[in-house]
Amino acid sequence: MPIDKNQVKKVAKLSRISLDDSKLESLSKDLVSILNFVEELNKLDTNEIKPLTSVIDKSLDTRDDTVSDGQIKDQILKNSPEKNEDFFIVPKVVD
Amino acid sequence: MNDLNDISLSEIIKLVKSKKISSVELANHFINNIKKGKKLNSFITTCFDQTIKDSKNFDKKQNFDGLLPGIPIAVKDLFCTKNIKTTAGSKILENFVPTYESTVTNNLWEEGAILLGKLNCDEFAMGSSNETSFFGNVINPLENNFVPGGSSGGSATALAASLTPATIGTDTGGSIRQPASFTGTVGLKPTYGLCSRWGIVAFASSLDQAGPMTKNVEDCALMLEAISGYDKKDSTSINRKKENYSKNLKRTIKGIKIGIPKEYRVDNMPKEIDQLWKNGIDILKKSGAKIIDISLPHTKYALPTYYIVAPAEASSNLARYDGIKYGYRSKKGNNLIEMYEHTRAEGFGDEVKRRVLIGTYVLSSGYYDAYYLKAQKVRKLIKGDFDNSFREVDAILTPSTPSSAFKIGEKANDPISMYLNDIFTVPVNLAGLPAISIPAGKDHKGHPLGLQLITKALDEQKILNIAFAMEKEIDFKQSLNRWWE
Repeated sequence: MPIDKNQVKKVAKLSRISLDDSKLESLSKDLVSILNFVEELNKLDTNEIKPLTSVIDKSLDTRDDTVSDGQIKDQILKNSPEKNEDFFIVPKVVD
Repeated sequence: MNDLNDISLSEIIKLVKSKKISSVELANHFINNIKKGKKLNSFITTCFDQTIKDSKNFDKKQNFDGLLPGIPIAVKDLFCTKNIKTTAGSKILENFVPTYESTVTNNLWEEGAILLGKLNCDEFAMGSSNETSFFGNVINPLENNFVPGGSSGGSATALAASLTPATIGTDTGGSIRQPASFTGTVGLKPTYGLCSRWGIVAFASSLDQAGPMTKNVEDCALMLEAISGYDKKDSTSINRKKENYSKNLKRTIKGIKIGIPKEYRVDNMPKEIDQLWKNGIDILKKSGAKIIDISLPHTKYALPTYYIVAPAEASSNLARYDGIKYGYRSKKGNNLIEMYEHTRAEGFGDEVKRRVLIGTYVLSSGYYDAYYLKAQKVRKLIKGDFDNSFREVDAILTPSTPSSAFKIGEKANDPISMYLNDIFTVPVNLAGLPAISIPAGKDHKGHPLGLQLITKALDEQKILNIAFAMEKEIDFKQSLNRWWE
């Protein structure tokens, strides 16, 4: 058993996804079957292998750290579900 | 003007250039088809007023310089389109209206194309049947109750049913090639970095690529030429000269070395698929190709590797959906953290949740080395298999999928059986290579089956040229009775 219900709850907490207890059972079952499926990789000895982090044979492009646009406050706020003049509105975070 | 449904994009362009048809007439034809095609559920958003306005504008200006002069085109709803709703098939982006345009769609408009609307897809492109979309199943035009594949299912259906003359999708593990195979169309996943990812809703950034879906190989070359190219806004974009894929398209098989990987002959593979593959090999042989048996020994580890790497990247990418900057926000929760948790619980569907949870788990402290690092190492071996093979062969031929289109609901309750659909397509994404699926035959139900060609990175011209030659020999005929109208 690669993962139990308590671990699923913990991972849901880390993922910031609230989980209904009614869904916990079936979701845990799915996650167990997926994790069992990927266990296959343990059959391979990879001690000497370097991890592949990019398929492209180059390092990432860099650019000068300069402003390339700006004055787009309206665009940035446009899709916010709750805003007030120049601000995003969030639930209260300090008492 | 029913014959417009039976001709290719390239033929339509000829009609436009010779002024036998105007852009407005074309737009009206496809708008009409879309209105009559509602049962297929392939569109999430349409923008017909804008389409007509843009096509009238084209007809007035009469500028035929672009590759796609005045051509109306619908695109997968994963591409951000300025001032047009972009949902990624998710409730969490149900009302998201981008203030910017993705690079690849912008490339289409620069070439003269005009937007028809946005096409349905699996939620955040996570799925192989289009059943995970918040906006409902897409229907395969071949037969009611059958899936079109996924995640670019809306794109495949709209194309096959002639609701758009060509389209673009995205492919993270087979999301262009598998639906192309299921609908009798052509789909190409380009080399990682050939087409810009800027402005595409991200799923798994080291695997995602945009690519064309078309009715034939000639159209595919044209569309690839239109969308590809360096973009400084994408840090993994490859900086090289743009190629003229359509101009350089010619049928080439003679003398080409084709590898046949034995590991793709999987257990329980339907006889029809095996036969399809053999037919493909025969065609290549007869046309003068040299067939070479090859081995890609780590093939069986590709899917398990993918189901660590892709969810890991997805869990990071989807962390941005917090109900604050854009997208859906839950009304529940007494504090900030609870608001996040309810927003994401209500905004994401089940498959997306599964993958975010798996991704979070394999990246979490204590498990990172055992899962994520391990998968990156195996990924290296999988890429190494291909690198070795391409010292010996020009291209690799495999089936595109282990089955034809399945029924809606048939695999929906078992994530693993759904994942197995991508068994032949996933290795290519892990290695960053280009691959095409072309229609190559039909099963006993008359449903299309595809063959896949793979080459080394940046060999798109070679893939297209081999596919162009095979297409002629295969002579695949699609017959749709337009039952949905």
